[in-house]
Amino acid sequence: MNFEEHAAKPLLAARGIAVPAGGLAQTPDEAAGIAARWGAAVVKAQVPAGKRGKAGGIKRAASPAEARIHASTILGMEIAGHRVEKVLIEEQVPIARELYAAVVNDASSKGPLVMFSTEGGMDIEEIAAASPGKLRRLPVDIRQGFRLVEANTLVKGMGLGAAEGKVAEALARLYEAYTGVDAELLEINPLVVTKDGRVVALDCKLVIDDSAVVRHSDVARGGTPEKLTGLEARARDAGLKYIDLDGNVGVLANGAGLTMTTMDMVRHYGGRPANFLEIGGEAYTQARPALELLLSKPGIQSIVINFCGAFARTDVMTQGVIEAIEALEPAVPIFFSVHGTGDEQAIRLLKERLGVTPLATMDDACKAAVAAVKA
Amino acid sequence: MIVRGTDRVLVMGITGKQGTFWTERMQAYGTRVVGGTHPSKAGTTHCNVPVYATAGYAMKGARFDVSVLFIPPLMVKEAAMDAIEAGAKGLVVLTEHIPVQDVMYFVSAARERSAWILGPNTAGAVTPGECFAGFMPAFNERIFRKGSVGVISRSGSLGVLFCLNVVQAGYGESAFLGIGGDPIIGTTTRDALAALDRFPGTEAVVMVGEIGGTMEEEAADYARTMRKPVVAFIAGGAAPEGKKMGHAGAIVTGNKGSYASKRAALEAAGVTVLDTPSDVGAALKARLGR
Repeated sequence: MNFEEHAAKPLLAARGIAVPAGGLAQTPDEAAGIAARWGAAVVKAQVPAGKRGKAGGIKRAASPAEARIHASTILGMEIAGHRVEKVLIEEQVPIARELYAAVVNDASSKGPLVMFSTEGGMDIEEIAAASPGKLRRLPVDIRQGFRLVEANTLVKGMGLGAAEGKVAEALARLYEAYTGVDAELLEINPLVVTKDGRVVALDCKLVIDDSAVVRHSDVARGGTPEKLTGLEARARDAGLKYIDLDGNVGVLANGAGLTMTTMDMVRHYGGRPANFLEIGGEAYTQARPALELLLSKPGIQSIVINFCGAFARTDVMTQGVIEAIEALEPAVPIFFSVHGTGDEQAIRLLKERLGVTPLATMDDACKAAVAAVKA
Repeated sequence: MIVRGTDRVLVMGITGKQGTFWTERMQAYGTRVVGGTHPSKAGTTHCNVPVYATAGYAMKGARFDVSVLFIPPLMVKEAAMDAIEAGAKGLVVLTEHIPVQDVMYFVSAARERSAWILGPNTAGAVTPGECFAGFMPAFNERIFRKGSVGVISRSGSLGVLFCLNVVQAGYGESAFLGIGGDPIIGTTTRDALAALDRFPGTEAVVMVGEIGGTMEEEAADYARTMRKPVVAFIAGGAAPEGKKMGHAGAIVTGNKGSYASKRAALEAAGVTVLDTPSDVGAALKARLGR
């Protein structure tokens, strides 16, 4: 679950990391009203995407009147496919230097990774490429944690001068915030040292682990709802994993890996997959609603149903699919490949109820579905 | 992390619907299930084995090597720590949607104790002719037959498809290792590759990966050092960027985790990368010369 800057910053502040004073505006007038608290201000587009500055979504205003003008330009902009509907208005901070700090889940070390650089303000990929010597990475044993003593060691000798202690403190608190909300990514870029010696988080990017959201229901209310198409939202409400794609060959399979591979094969044989839809694991009893959902997608010209049973029983999935076909009598051609747990029963069901024989391999089923579109 | 017929297996959460269903199948196939756990059913018998309150008690009562967990996501951390502290040699963690920081926690504890972990979000492991742990159709002879090809898969269903194709091509499996579809897992592709490299009777390895993360790239570094041929398939070439494709681990951000990056790394390491799963038989014949 993604958090926009205005929703993430209060979580930092709650852990004792300083953030600029600010307020959220949805109209230019509101923006001017908030900016009037300080005179000069920064107007920042709130969308769940990076590179807002480069897209023109972050502007400094010398006066409330200028904040109003910037807000009217930024509100309604499209940034990385997101329409800007609100802007964060913040006080300006006198920046002495820009740093980078983050804690992320790291698959290689199988634990948290603390990253710190004295080159803030650009993407971590750019920092790693341009100034690898100024980037420190510390894999943390989550059972030991990362406290002030480790933070002090990490930032030592990086030329931070008088700010060193405060920066280390911010890093230790950042790690606390990361574990406290089950983040998979918590990044401050830039973390700034101000001209008067304070350490302030000017931006914040937060992604909370979707599997852990259930134990942070209070925090999760501030998260950005995932941008879903109508069908994706219907699928989610029905407990199905469905993603819209732009092709015309419908795909239904069990298991994430098998479903991706079915999409790959449709493309490999010259077709365009219309979707990702999988009913693996506990969802294997959901074949009927899954196929009904898929059949309601406009523009589908053929369908591949690819079952490979392990935990998921192919006979149960096939039974569900047959029920959907008998109920809706779809005109689009459907091609089957069925293997694994329960396949003999599944193949018999298809023959008896629909008079259909599955193709010998998933390749054949994908080829046939692609050919049916071209015909 | 290759489960053997001699391993004594504890099923945690044995009394649940899936725990019962798959314990019966494991027992029928030859897995040496020596006990189960349920916090409030200690002292009873289920699937003909004693039920203990915790893995700690089970270790005293039944001495087990490998623990298979049929446990709900938010309770896995405690159960896994119980098994690790009891002295388990290995854990098979089947559950999907475990909070990642919980996973990091018990993976770290396991590392300290030199215990291996398969998963989370795995369908388990099969050693044909010996035993299986998890929920794979080991008993289906068109999918699993004793042989010399080691198979590694992040996905259970796709692993089944590859095993089916391996058997159809006239080969059999020395071992199947389901490593799991989560972003952070106990046994990486590289770890599994190293285990199969050392496993006697394994002459070639089929590695089934998918987009997301950098595990396949890291496995490629190891594959370069191997004498046994490696054949690989990467699922998700047609997936759009920035979307989680069912598995929490299957997401491409920027160039990281992309199909192209994985394919290039594997090919540079001398691995045969397949365009379609049905090519696996031909690729094995070409690499093994028979």
